[in-house]
Amino acid sequence: MKQVIVGMATCGLSAGAQKVYEKFEEVIREKNLPVTLKETGCIGMCYREVLVELQDGDGQNYLYGEVTPERVGEIVESHLLQNKPLLPWVVRGPHPTEDDSFFVKQKRIVLRNCGHIDPNSIDASIHAGGYHALRKALLEYSPEKVIDEVTGSQLRGRGGAGFPTGVKWGFARRSAGDKKYVICNADEGDPGAFMDRSVLEGDPHSVIEGMIICGYAIGAKEGYIYVRAEYPKAIQRLRQAIAQAEERGFLGENILQTDFRFRIKIKEGAGAFVCGEETALIASIEGRRGNPRLRPPFPAVSGLWGKPTNINNVETFANIPWIILNGAEAFASLGTDDSKGTKVFALTGKIKRGGLVEVPMGITINEIIYDICSGMREGKQFKAVQMGGPSGGCIPALMGQIQIDYAQITKTGAIMGSGGMVVMDESTCMVDVAKFFLNFTQNESCGKCVFCRLGTKRMLEILERITEGKGKGSDLDLLEDLAQKVRETSLCGLGQTAPNPVLTTLRYFRQEYETHIFDRKCPAHVCSPLLTYTILPNCCTGCGRCAKSCPAQAISGERKEPHFIQPEQCVKCGRCFASCSFGAVFKD
Amino acid sequence: MKASEPWERAGDKIRLQGFNLELWKYEGEPGSLIPLLQAAQRDYSYIPEAAIHYISDIVGIPPAQIYGVITFYTQFRLKPLGKYLLRICNGTACHVNGSKLMGQVIEDELGIGVGQTTEDGFFTVQSVACLGCCSLSPVMVINEDTHGRLDPRKIRKILKSYQSAG
Repeated sequence: MKQVIVGMATCGLSAGAQKVYEKFEEVIREKNLPVTLKETGCIGMCYREVLVELQDGDGQNYLYGEVTPERVGEIVESHLLQNKPLLPWVVRGPHPTEDDSFFVKQKRIVLRNCGHIDPNSIDASIHAGGYHALRKALLEYSPEKVIDEVTGSQLRGRGGAGFPTGVKWGFARRSAGDKKYVICNADEGDPGAFMDRSVLEGDPHSVIEGMIICGYAIGAKEGYIYVRAEYPKAIQRLRQAIAQAEERGFLGENILQTDFRFRIKIKEGAGAFVCGEETALIASIEGRRGNPRLRPPFPAVSGLWGKPTNINNVETFANIPWIILNGAEAFASLGTDDSKGTKVFALTGKIKRGGLVEVPMGITINEIIYDICSGMREGKQFKAVQMGGPSGGCIPALMGQIQIDYAQITKTGAIMGSGGMVVMDESTCMVDVAKFFLNFTQNESCGKCVFCRLGTKRMLEILERITEGKGKGSDLDLLEDLAQKVRETSLCGLGQTAPNPVLTTLRYFRQEYETHIFDRKCPAHVCSPLLTYTILPNCCTGCGRCAKSCPAQAISGERKEPHFIQPEQCVKCGRCFASCSFGAVFKD
Repeated sequence: MKASEPWERAGDKIRLQGFNLELWKYEGEPGSLIPLLQAAQRDYSYIPEAAIHYISDIVGIPPAQIYGVITFYTQFRLKPLGKYLLRICNGTACHVNGSKLMGQVIEDELGIGVGQTTEDGFFTVQSVACLGCCSLSPVMVINEDTHGRLDPRKIRKILKSYQSAG
């Protein structure tokens, strides 16, 4: 049976997958073709969305990239009817393509099913090995043996901090309590990160299976998935997957005819970055403001409703079934001494191939950027990569040889984080990037600790001053001093790591800060107040849009004649640059 | 606004019109405050004051404390939305790809800033931290429709298409 499978995760949908799906539906119905139409999750090649996989009569798989509704008819006509694949549009198939290099260095454990199975079907998941690990754990292993296995795999928490998962489970198991809880942290809040969303949308059953195994191991009967409300598709797929698992007896009473019972509920987050911190997340599930609290007691001792609670990230749970099935040693054989297994990264920014990748620990940053992502766009230079989001830092291109490994990344001043990687080129201003992240954390600070609440605000004001050309020589020392104090006096991870983007950019790009302060220039041409705007007469059509957009009436000129900017009147807001459709406004 | 408020006074009680009965299923369960607020917002597009009092009665938490929870989370609104909710993404990828400029264009075109609603109640503009479709950056979402790889020209065209569609 021929199959057409459309990638329908959020990235695919935003690129128009729904319309492509409907078009296939229409054409298949019209021509009455014996073809099954299915959907799948994210295969990772976001740069080629909309992606459609076609399994033809010979059992060959062809992955079409950049499919539009207009191309659907042609694909059906040529490939499905005449059995002639349209090779120029195929990004992966039986014949080698230039996109193959995207997959060569990847190793897929967490993403083993993403983009391959239909996430709406529990049968598809079971067929791909889903719930086999649960069977093995429940019927063959004692809870202690499960924990030994996870400890032996040396899996570390994938949410960012990297605490050994098996050890954490052991704490929760040994805590005395009549009731215990398992929580899956799916409050993926880092801007520029979408690993967890892709896993939840593409393979929800693996996460659910990981949670059930965890419940068995620590002795919990209830689980919560705390998921961002901004991920409606993930929530919908999770609800559906939980209902299916209940129907098949993987959730509920007497799971697999044992006396083990486990239930999972979904809690939708309400938009607060700090709720990714475990004690704040617990407060939020309990229906309160998401303020973190002092640890100890750790959640493993006193968590949700004061009961022992184990919290892990989506990716951590998705690793568990693989570890149980393949054994701790298989997992521990991947990676470096310090970090085992694989890590999923969401790659964005100025690279040619943005998307979702899973690589073995120990791979270098350069390998990810040049081999998997095929280097930078528009022939530009790789300048830095931002890892770990607002809690992380910028690693300069010079350190591209660094291995992906918790210890090595921490040494640079960044953190592994949950897996966001934003790649920057020379057109990115590092001071502006630091300001961007600080603006984010300052907004998201819950306000409990003084230095996090006010210190980040003051730091942000200094950065704003610098990017507006009003920086002072003493500002950099002041920034460093404040950063140190915010780090030392904040209760939770948000505050303790908030200064990281500033500290790492200061460490590796101090000169760029100094150019802003002393030369009043922004080398990347980003900070508007430090730029000079001029209109290129040969490009200007005299449409007058820039003059209309100028709040300072600094632009004049006759209609249909080149306009010009009065430099002394210009307030450097950049609106003319934004308003011009002809690229006639030049900034330097 | 008074006429369109979704509640009426019946004696000394405030009665909410068209209240979704689904709300009730959370009754008695601890930690149900946030789901209740989310349900109220789903029904009304914001949380009317009467809903706060109503929910307070259900969960036994004082309205002032509920107000504290509402203002803590960015998802909750105390004012109604415009017909179209325009969310401009300000995630990292969008930021380095020029989302600030796109925000400015939207501001100029609509004459309102982030967090405001146009006078005709047509557009509400919000800024969000990340919509999770970074490979399409810069991105904005109008109601449920995502518009990616924006540039000033494209934004103007998109806004016009909504305005002329009414």
